[in-house]
Amino acid sequence: MKVKMISRNPDNYVRETKLQQHKIPRNYDPALHPMEGPREYVRALNATKLDRVFAKPFLCNLSGHRDGVACFGKHPKLLSTLATGAYDGEVRIWDLANRTSQRSFVAHDGFVRGIAYARNGERLFTVGDDKTIKVWRTEAPDVGEEEEPVNTILSRHILHGISHNRKDNSFATCGEVCAIWDEQHNDPIKTLKWGVDTLHTISYNPVETNVLACCASDRSIILYDQREALPLRKVVLTMKSNKLAWNPMEAFNFTVANEDCNLYSFDTRKLQSPLKVHFDHVSAVTDVDYAPTGKEFVSGSYDKTVRLYNAHLSHSRDIYHTKRMQHVVCVAWSLDNRYIFSGSDEMNVRMWKANASEKLGVIRPRERTNFNYQEALKEKYAAHPQIKRIARHRQVPRHVMNAQRKMRAVKEKELVKEANIRKHSKKGKVPFVSEKKKHVIREDV
Amino acid sequence: MTKTAPKGRKKPAARYFERAAAVKTEDGEEKPSKPKRKHQRNFTGDFLKIQSQEKSKALKRKRLEATEKPKKQKIPQEVLEKYSRGEAVDSTGVRTRHFKEKHKRKEIYVEYATEQAARTELLLQETPGQLEADEEETTAEYRQAEIVANVDLQSAAKHFSLKLDFGPYTMRYTKNGRHLLLGGRRGHVAAFDWVTKKLHCEFNVMETVADVQWLHVPTMYAVAQKEWVYFYDKKGTELHCVKRLARVNRMDFLPYHFLLAAGNSAGYASWLDVSIGELVGNFNTGLGDIRHMRHNPGNGVLCIGGGKGVVSMWSPKVREPLAKLLCHPTAITALTVDPKGMHLVTAGLDRLVKVWDLRQLSDKPLAIFNLRLPANELEVSQRGMLALSQGTYLETYTDVLLGGGTGRKNMLPYLRQRCDAFVHTMRFCPYEDVLGVATANGFQSLLVPGCGEPNYDALEDNPFETSKQRREHEVHALLEKIPPELITLDPHEITGVDAPTLQEKIDAKRQLFYLKPPRININPRHKMKGRGGSAKAARNKQIVKDQQRKEFIAEVRKAKKDVIASHAEGGEETTGEKVKKPKAVRSVLDRFKPKPQKKQKSTN
Repeated sequence: MKVKMISRNPDNYVRETKLQQHKIPRNYDPALHPMEGPREYVRALNATKLDRVFAKPFLCNLSGHRDGVACFGKHPKLLSTLATGAYDGEVRIWDLANRTSQRSFVAHDGFVRGIAYARNGERLFTVGDDKTIKVWRTEAPDVGEEEEPVNTILSRHILHGISHNRKDNSFATCGEVCAIWDEQHNDPIKTLKWGVDTLHTISYNPVETNVLACCASDRSIILYDQREALPLRKVVLTMKSNKLAWNPMEAFNFTVANEDCNLYSFDTRKLQSPLKVHFDHVSAVTDVDYAPTGKEFVSGSYDKTVRLYNAHLSHSRDIYHTKRMQHVVCVAWSLDNRYIFSGSDEMNVRMWKANASEKLGVIRPRERTNFNYQEALKEKYAAHPQIKRIARHRQVPRHVMNAQRKMRAVKEKELVKEANIRKHSKKGKVPFVSEKKKHVIREDV
Repeated sequence: MTKTAPKGRKKPAARYFERAAAVKTEDGEEKPSKPKRKHQRNFTGDFLKIQSQEKSKALKRKRLEATEKPKKQKIPQEVLEKYSRGEAVDSTGVRTRHFKEKHKRKEIYVEYATEQAARTELLLQETPGQLEADEEETTAEYRQAEIVANVDLQSAAKHFSLKLDFGPYTMRYTKNGRHLLLGGRRGHVAAFDWVTKKLHCEFNVMETVADVQWLHVPTMYAVAQKEWVYFYDKKGTELHCVKRLARVNRMDFLPYHFLLAAGNSAGYASWLDVSIGELVGNFNTGLGDIRHMRHNPGNGVLCIGGGKGVVSMWSPKVREPLAKLLCHPTAITALTVDPKGMHLVTAGLDRLVKVWDLRQLSDKPLAIFNLRLPANELEVSQRGMLALSQGTYLETYTDVLLGGGTGRKNMLPYLRQRCDAFVHTMRFCPYEDVLGVATANGFQSLLVPGCGEPNYDALEDNPFETSKQRREHEVHALLEKIPPELITLDPHEITGVDAPTLQEKIDAKRQLFYLKPPRININPRHKMKGRGGSAKAARNKQIVKDQQRKEFIAEVRKAKKDVIASHAEGGEETTGEKVKKPKAVRSVLDRFKPKPQKKQKSTN
């Protein structure tokens, strides 16, 4: 007879010394892993709970400004550098890695309205309420030397914003007119004008670098081409837009932060209606900035909160707030896609994590695998009501909650009223208008 | 390889990277080249070639040979099927292109994962045991002594027998197959590591012991004594006395739910969550004394065999049986579920052993074993071997699904064994080729080559685990404890789409006929100005209420009509063709019928 029995040699299964790793033989046969579905579900539930437990997005507070923070400038090459301008004309350069202020100087009389780095990061342009454009060196002056601008350009018009071209040496300012400047000259190459209204924000397209967009105080968004003599197009919304940000990856799309608590994502090719209306803020949205991936953006609002959106979804994925943060004036998403900066009225710049529950620091491969696994599980079971409820829940400040309730009531009331009017009027006379189309008044060419 | 444009279509304009990459050489051949850097472009001098042409060629070939990837071996179809989680989901119903694409990508990932899992089969270290008979012999002829004589020393040590005096015994192996727990009817309880033969504890509880059961770790176990269930630790210290589990006959442990299931002599089934000490389910099954009870390891459902030949399946949160299966015309004498949770094996007084499909729950058994005497114990091993005992005599069969019988020559048992006393409990040891048999006067460990799974997964059960690993495993298991609500017949229900079943759709339609108008609460705004007192306000309120009620009734009536119409036409309303009714034959008496009501014209 031939007989063979399972007889395991302990040498193959037990470690020899304590310095060795334990031997973990695996067998992926599904029969040895029963109840796969329920076990995975429980894991997904735990992962979702842990995600909320570890959601501590606030990193640090950069204090030093003596007045409210007005604008940010992101360095195109150094991740650890951020320039901020304040209401009192002071500009500060921060070392984010050490969380300290590297350098500060008074750049303007009155507000600093805009900061832009040159494309190689060697020069810094600031505009202020004193109708000047000042050019600064990025390196700090030597000890004993005073902070002096490299160049000061006196503008004929009031200046409200500045944006630098990503590919050549031109930059653009806005104010009474949109002016295109060359770094070498003290006079604008070109001025563009459409109507008599003030332009309060300007932004160059990061890919098609001849195109730029402005927001005007007549509630319109204007598109320019710096090669043309006249502006391209204009779209008028129901309320004023405060800020505009281009999607860096899908550069034909841009998002505007609007005064009516919403953000609107537009496709430049179809300006008649926005691609998406982003809700959830309860007060005027003051600033918006895209993540370098182009999949998400951050917005700051007068309701003292910062919200993060998926670019193709209409409701926010997260809300950041602290007890002390006042009206948020400017926000920025760091170029490594990991941090968010917010500047607010009460003189502080705050640094947040872009992903609230992300673990910072060195992550070992096993940990990384586990995080990836948890992400996959969360996505797989996201539709289950228990998991959805936990993942969606956010604690919001009381004033936001009250405002939300109030806005909901107003919306419901309007819906009821419209339905009543429709009921009592001729069929087809009160049409159904989609939420997207409600906010666009007209498009001019 | 470049794609050639089909005829009649314009050739797409070359994109910038294609233009840069294809530079024409003098031979007319196109050679891909890197775009030069700025400072290199204006270089007008000559390049000097230092390396000789032939040497570099030979070097290149060598490098190529070294870097050539070994070809991936093709995986046999049956191995892939073992690891697959079912067929790919059809994407025809997906509406948008975005989600269709997403779905396709997901399927590719699933396929890749299956393939990767199947490839790990190569790494498995052990092969299953086997026993082959010589010519003109059968395996059934071999006695234990012969097998023991022919195997290695380590395996031979796995065969042993214990003579014990405290009456009929019951026994359990731990989930990793390392430890053994014995309980004698007359109070003897012993726990030991049966591989090293190291005794953990041995004591007499001075009471009758009905059943014993390991808990989630090999340091704790439960003993069902005369009145209550007691928990002991490895050293024999009494940890708990659970008075809520009284007069328990049979116990079973659900390791992934941390539930100790118990069936008592009054017909109560109880589930005790051992991690929080709470009874998650406790109710009367109405089956009388529960003597035969096993849980299904595939889904956690408790199978209870009754005196009327019916096996009923229970979940702690449902007071009705999830399913009932009439297995035998006589009382059930034994039942077991295979470790994969696919087959139920039952034995009745009709001397038959039947194998049932637990997933399909059809009324036809998959296989039948005919016996001379009714089987009093049944057990299925990890690799699908069946062991059954008839009093003192026990047999094993290689495959549950093959069937067999005492009378049939071609279906002889795999191994036979006659014990010296009545067999009371039998268990296959997990991950070992061993069958443990507890009899009226002791315990025997029998060698059954080929019954156990040779390759264990250390993250699931580890026979070689250290105490530190055990502790870590316990923590992980506790974190992943499945809530008792998820015990259902189909464990994959939670991963599926929650689509309404036919029964639910029918119920929803039926519900339509018994709908009541909802209660309407309105709080009219208190208007300060203008006339109108409380009487008018009340009248207005009544008007609004009536109006809403009317609307509701009209809606329901319309919905009902639709339902009736769809049923009357036999579902043909979807095609749009209406069946013409045959013209009724007019009779003289028709004049007395009520006239059809004319449609009311809307008044101005």
